[in-house]
Amino acid sequence: MAQIFHRSTNTISRASIFGAVFLLGLALWIFYDLEASPYTTQQNVAREQPIQFSHAHHAGAIGIDCRYCHTTVEKTAFAGIPPTKTCMNCHAQIWLQSPYLEPVRESYRTDKSLEWTRVHDLPDFVYFDHSIHVNKGIGCETCHGRVDQMPLMWQAARLQMGWCLECHRNPQKFIRPKEEVFTMGWAPPAGVDREEYGMKLVKQYGLRSRAVLESCSTCHR
Amino acid sequence: MKSLPVYPQPQRPRFWRSLEELEGIERREETSQEALAWAKGMDRRELFKFGGVSLALAGLTACTRQPTEKIIPYVRQPEEIKPGTPLFFATAMPLSGYATGLLVESHMGRPTKVEGNPLHPASLGATDLFSQASIYGLYDPDRSQSLTYLGEIRAWPAFLSAMRLAVEKAREKKGAGLRILTETVGSPTLGAQLRALLMELPEAKWHQWEPANRDNAWAGAAMAFGQPLDPVLDVSKADVILSLDADFFSCGPGHLKSVADFAARRRTRNRTAMNRLYCVEAAPGVTGASADHRLPMRASQVEAFARTVAALVGGGGGGASSASPFAQAVAEDLKAHRGKSLVVAGDYQPPAVHAIAHALNDALGNTGQTVSWIEPIPVKPESHADSFRRLVADMESGAVETLVIVGGNPAFTAPGDLGFAKALDKVKVSAHLSLHQDETSTLCRWHVPEAHYLESWSDARAFDGTASILQPLIAPLYGGKTAHEVIAALTSQPERTSYEIVRDYWKDRMGGDFEGAWRRALHDGVIEGSASARKTVRAGSTTGREGQAPPLRHEAGGRTDLEIQFRADPTVYDGRFANNGWLQELPKAVTKLTWDNAVLLAPATAKKLNVASEDVLRLTWDGRSVEAPAWIVPGHAEDSATLHFGYGRTHAGTLGSKTGFSASALQSSKALAGGSGLEIAKAGRTYALVTTQHHQNMEGRAIVRAATLEEFEKTPEFAHEMEEAPGPEESMYAHYPPHEYAWAMAIDLNACTGCGACTLACQAENNIPTVGKKEVSRGHAMHWIRVDRYFEGSEANPATYHQPVPCMHCENAPCELVCPVGATVHSAEGLNDMVYNRCVGTRYCANNCPYKVRHFNYFHYGTQFRPPSMRMLANPEVTVRWRGVMEKCTYCVQRITVAKIGAEKENRRVRDGEIVTACQQACPAKAIVFGDLADASSEVSNARKSPANYGLLEDLGTRPRTTYLAAVRNPNPSLEKTGVWDVERKTS
Repeated sequence: MAQIFHRSTNTISRASIFGAVFLLGLALWIFYDLEASPYTTQQNVAREQPIQFSHAHHAGAIGIDCRYCHTTVEKTAFAGIPPTKTCMNCHAQIWLQSPYLEPVRESYRTDKSLEWTRVHDLPDFVYFDHSIHVNKGIGCETCHGRVDQMPLMWQAARLQMGWCLECHRNPQKFIRPKEEVFTMGWAPPAGVDREEYGMKLVKQYGLRSRAVLESCSTCHR
Repeated sequence: MKSLPVYPQPQRPRFWRSLEELEGIERREETSQEALAWAKGMDRRELFKFGGVSLALAGLTACTRQPTEKIIPYVRQPEEIKPGTPLFFATAMPLSGYATGLLVESHMGRPTKVEGNPLHPASLGATDLFSQASIYGLYDPDRSQSLTYLGEIRAWPAFLSAMRLAVEKAREKKGAGLRILTETVGSPTLGAQLRALLMELPEAKWHQWEPANRDNAWAGAAMAFGQPLDPVLDVSKADVILSLDADFFSCGPGHLKSVADFAARRRTRNRTAMNRLYCVEAAPGVTGASADHRLPMRASQVEAFARTVAALVGGGGGGASSASPFAQAVAEDLKAHRGKSLVVAGDYQPPAVHAIAHALNDALGNTGQTVSWIEPIPVKPESHADSFRRLVADMESGAVETLVIVGGNPAFTAPGDLGFAKALDKVKVSAHLSLHQDETSTLCRWHVPEAHYLESWSDARAFDGTASILQPLIAPLYGGKTAHEVIAALTSQPERTSYEIVRDYWKDRMGGDFEGAWRRALHDGVIEGSASARKTVRAGSTTGREGQAPPLRHEAGGRTDLEIQFRADPTVYDGRFANNGWLQELPKAVTKLTWDNAVLLAPATAKKLNVASEDVLRLTWDGRSVEAPAWIVPGHAEDSATLHFGYGRTHAGTLGSKTGFSASALQSSKALAGGSGLEIAKAGRTYALVTTQHHQNMEGRAIVRAATLEEFEKTPEFAHEMEEAPGPEESMYAHYPPHEYAWAMAIDLNACTGCGACTLACQAENNIPTVGKKEVSRGHAMHWIRVDRYFEGSEANPATYHQPVPCMHCENAPCELVCPVGATVHSAEGLNDMVYNRCVGTRYCANNCPYKVRHFNYFHYGTQFRPPSMRMLANPEVTVRWRGVMEKCTYCVQRITVAKIGAEKENRRVRDGEIVTACQQACPAKAIVFGDLADASSEVSNARKSPANYGLLEDLGTRPRTTYLAAVRNPNPSLEKTGVWDVERKTS
């Protein structure tokens, strides 16, 4: 009796069985990579804004403190986006005619808010609190990157849970002295071990244990 | 090895939840029927199809990009606002003329949650059901949104000119033909406005009507003291309390304070001498359920009982010799506590009972001690029934040309004998101010949308006279107007805003630095020193007073002994909250019915009439009839039927219309509380009522634990003897490691009155959806903290216990072990965390939870089903859960987190009492304590050290963090032994 299948079928079936595993692996790999890629997270994507506001100019070149505009960063969960009034504190006197600033003046005139595009947008089930981070020695730069070098704002970090947990599990790697929280480009003193130095600060500031910082309800409610 | 515990099912259990359970009849729950339906309709092939599709679709949900969001900052940021941190504003909620002081949470101008104002005497930091749920009413999408004339939209100035025209016409006749109908007016400003208007137009008349009124109380006070007065109760000083059909824990002036004072003397930890409460009533209420001795008694028998007690206390007099043992025991107890006892008469009892109660208090030396008297809080203490009857008569005779109805819904609430709706036809100009286009609005020519009290400037007074300014939390959502503005429309200054009116009124009265005093009043929520002066009065003797005032209880001359009594509904009140989903879905304290009212009958009466629960009955009384379903209530008085009015609305809105039946159609203006001569016939069909009491049976376990004070003193550990808990070494699992904080809750069953405020507070705080009647019938109600109700003893007169059940946050949580995706896990501080985003909805956890505290979102209740205005209600601090997600009590983790962050910023531990959960905050009895077990001196640690402390189903080894303090009742030794309850029932 003749064989139903040709001999080559063996090879094909072997290849497809093993191939399927690889294909599945590949699919998973693509999926996870895509998940963490800037395509999904919008990391490093400079966002369009109603006004071409430059942090590089205001925070970097002029050196305005972060808290001049983000007033509630030390007090509440939300760092605070400045009301139009804050812009007008200076721009009622300088750059009066600048066409770039017309939306600001219009907002002030008409009492209609400016609508900024959110750059750092955590999912709604995450309850991030700026104040506790800033008060426990986590610098702005740690999450937001070198804002003083960003002409238009972009998201410097991935802002996914795995990224959060890197620090929640090992805060000693990221913590800095409280006085340096608002400093851009801060580096630990030369010659000291980063983790040892960080550990000292972790103890000093009374950070919670890893078990607490890892608990779901620390950030989710 | 120890064998597993076996639960013997006793013949007749000591504690029981439903009559079926008492009789040993197994009642299949709707849920299991649903499960059966599924099992029938699904074969293997279909199961695989579903499985395959679920698997294929599961992956699609993960890879999503965050939608672009906007940040919209202020142009000029108000000084006090810190985005993300709520502000609290003091205001007050007026209900039937009396105010409850509140602090309302506002997130950047959006009110989200009502809380009690600790500075306010009627709140003391707690809230009742109505104030807690009132915020739902603010965002109710069915609220009236436009001013209409004959159904067509008009502008406010058009209304003003119509009113000017009508008033000018009336002015020619000194106001004759102009009538104003209000509810009980408690606002001093509105009272002054109305008085000024009547001064200007002396022939105009102001009528008041609401069905849950204080007619009897004021008439009774007038009988006793010669003038209507309001009582100020001080339950904290009373050792012995007798309630004559008075549900003074659930409604009435100062009820929250009464509960607080009562509960403070019921605690088994930090013991004070325990008080004793006697209660005689027909339908079991919140007060009766807390009583040490409750005697079911038809409403009409209360007067005779009161006279007997009065005679016994007074020494001699009629009826004393034939007095029942119960009356004798009560009288003896009252006499033994002169000056430290209290007799309270219920609002639905005739004036004579009130007068007897006042005389009793006088004779016992209680006046000035446990009860004192002040001028009535409402501006015009008159008989609503009389006032309303006069109005309807005048309307019928054509004497009323212009009728301005300010609030209320008289077309619905009017007793059936009056024919108010028909009489309204004869009025040429009629206007109605109300929150909804309701039954009355549709009959009136003009309808003005009313501003919710959270949108209004006004004022109101508490039960003791303390005045509060009501300040708006938000501008009127739909351009609503206040009563002040509508009354102003009838004057020469029609354009005045309520802010100006209220401020002007107080300008003369606050004195000195007005601006400072005004700001202080707004901040505190009370006007300092505004409480009424106590009056020194003496009640006249009660003997010989029979027949002096005509009894309001009217005998309809029927051929039966059956009696009917009307009461305001426990949750929707007189119908004004009918469209409030939170209140509709809240199980009523004793019956545990939701979304409906029913004819409440005693088991014996039902047997006599051959009626079962859910049988539709045809009730005929006073020549009118309604059809309504029956519900058998253990402990109800025999030969009596209780009907709650407030249901049966036709124009309430999406939720409230077509729920229940209208009892007001049966009511008589001559006897608002009801009377004898009720005829009951079976209509031959049934109507499905929904109750939460059948869900989850006890299976013979010691779930609720109770003892008498005597037993407790003999064996303080009685709660543990009822069921043994295994030690930690008996568990297979490792003992939960201690951390810096160990959150725990203790609930005092002795203090809990079962009112349900905790359930509503939790619902408001945690964005818990309502699911509707059908879903509740399937056991899908979502309340994170439910209040279970248990009976003990005979069905004729059981003792009642309430047990609030939130998540137990077990240290060995059974739910966590079965979750395939790690969506429920333990936090380091002992919280049983629920991670909504991981949950795939297997519901294994709910099946494995012995306490049944996990709830599943079967539909888009909280999200897509929610109308846009209701989305404003959501608390931004708590995730709004999606369909297909399990959820449960989190111990208000959002409040824990805020307190922890605050403490950590100051480098200190969270202080005891700093975290107050929503349920704890609302509880008037302070039955719930929450705190840190790691702090040995915390209140919750102390509570757990009490010998009465026990864990629910602790024998399962779950090591619950929520524990209970067993109930301890304080019965009169001379009554308990003789078993007079049954004797009394037969002789009376």
